[in-house]
Amino acid sequence: MPLHIVVCAGIVPDPLQTLEPITGPNGPALKNEMMLPGVLDPWAASALYEAANLVAKNPGSKLWLVSLGPKAKLQQVMMTIAQKVSFELVAVDSPSGGFADAQATAVALADAISAIPGLDRTRLLLFGGWESASRGAGVTLQIIGERLGITDQFMGVDQVEVREDGSFEVLERVEGGKHQVSACEGAPAVLGWATGNLPEPRNNPQIGMANMRTVLPALQKARQVSLAEAGLEYLSAGLPSQQRQTRVVKDMAPEAIALELAQWIGAE
Amino acid sequence: MVESILVLTHADETGYSLTKGSLEAVRAGKELAQQLGAQLTIGIIAIDASAAAKSVLGSRARVLCVSGEAFATARYATDAAACEALSKAAQATMILAPQSSRMARVAAGVAQRIGGAVDTHITSIGVEGGFKVSRWFYRQRIEAVITRAARPWILLIEGGVYAAIAGEQADVAVEPLAVELPKIRTSVTGTRAPALDAQTIRPDAKMLFVAGAGWTKKQPDGQIHAAEAGDLILGFLQTTGASLGSSKSLVDQGGDGQPVLPFLTHMNQVGQTGSTPRHPKGLATCCHGEEPHVVGWRFIAERRAISLDPNCGWARGKADVVYIADAFKVMAKVNELLNLKA
Repeated sequence: MPLHIVVCAGIVPDPLQTLEPITGPNGPALKNEMMLPGVLDPWAASALYEAANLVAKNPGSKLWLVSLGPKAKLQQVMMTIAQKVSFELVAVDSPSGGFADAQATAVALADAISAIPGLDRTRLLLFGGWESASRGAGVTLQIIGERLGITDQFMGVDQVEVREDGSFEVLERVEGGKHQVSACEGAPAVLGWATGNLPEPRNNPQIGMANMRTVLPALQKARQVSLAEAGLEYLSAGLPSQQRQTRVVKDMAPEAIALELAQWIGAE
Repeated sequence: MVESILVLTHADETGYSLTKGSLEAVRAGKELAQQLGAQLTIGIIAIDASAAAKSVLGSRARVLCVSGEAFATARYATDAAACEALSKAAQATMILAPQSSRMARVAAGVAQRIGGAVDTHITSIGVEGGFKVSRWFYRQRIEAVITRAARPWILLIEGGVYAAIAGEQADVAVEPLAVELPKIRTSVTGTRAPALDAQTIRPDAKMLFVAGAGWTKKQPDGQIHAAEAGDLILGFLQTTGASLGSSKSLVDQGGDGQPVLPFLTHMNQVGQTGSTPRHPKGLATCCHGEEPHVVGWRFIAERRAISLDPNCGWARGKADVVYIADAFKVMAKVNELLNLKA
């Protein structure tokens, strides 16, 4: 059954970068935020790869990537992501980041999804990461889902098996390293992905060239949105001050280290 | 503003007792109600909520219950309807709930339905100088204190922040609440878990053992010893009952066709793209202590690491002790010693 999959994915600083909070005119921000290299949010990237896999398995399906962020950042990240899987980009030009309000972000994204021409909401699977690597709240997708009237939602998804009739089985992470298994009658549904099971696709320049025909126009016509704060006030934002006095043990025999460790492990 | 507090709770797998996280949230609600002079209501979702209500005997709160087969398992449509009904019935301005998978799935949707705001992963609540909460941003790298004017305000509280409330011998009056359910399109068919002896994720363990990519790299003899590494790690887990974490790079190796430890999955990942577990002690082996990885250790109290690299990030104030040594040799000896003691 053809699916219409919309993946919501934000841009986050490369995890290897050092992050330092500063106070900006609109509240906390990251130092040199625009200079930090960005990547597609890791769990949302998993959602994108899983979506592309589903589209490939279900002929006639379509995949949109909806991303909110500063246009320059979006362009930088799309240069890489566009080489991995085929999609149609819907860009929303807006300040983003961990300190932006999730509610306002969700409203902007829901509006962007509602405006996608040709999107059949009865076939809609709304994908994204179950939490972002920036705000890490795990709330944006749910709010978008509610605003689009979708009441079948799954979070921490690691696997989806879509059957021929459009129904699907979904595995969600729950406590204790387990998965909850659910059967859903089919689209529309919201799926917030955890890691999934697919590796990151290798870069494919042919896919990149094909995507760029739609990515660049999408970036050019990206709608500018300012995110309302909805009464959210930051009283402070800082790095954890805790720094440990590390004892570096060199030249100790494995037997002696093992004895020390065994005593430490056994101590209450 | 006079606050009114609702604590949303749910039953555990038995269906007749509240989860530990729920009891912690009740403690938070009780303390907050005392500090603010607010009315406290406890909302319970369970197959038999009146039985589960016995867990909160003596909390001196109004208790609202949503019961029935439809609420036996976690599902967005039914749980959101139940939470919405409880929130409206309690007319609460502050809504507390545990940061459980069940509540995390629906909290934001419920906030949207009742016209409120939501914040998750709350690590502290303060009332001095105004109501405020703390949470982490950028995957435990930046901590912020926030407040909101919007009400109702839903807060999901992280596990371990409050002690679980202990039930007292007292009567509790339970008010059942009828919930109008939407069309149910999803059925929960069960849970899937590794076999008991293969389950390596143990949230209640006293120790977290983290295996890094070094376990499957070439050793001094020029060979890879993935099988031996697996035996050492599993042996340690078996003896100590520790929970197993892993770096992303080690888990990803499976997808890249490199040697793997077959018992590792993405669910073992800790750090930037994994979980942030809470254990009293943690031992890192064959992995770098760089920031994206160490964020997974934010809530590990005592930290030690074994690494061949004296310049490893662990040595830069992130671990209590770093042993510069071959983890294969050390862990073999550790296992020997622990087995002798067992």
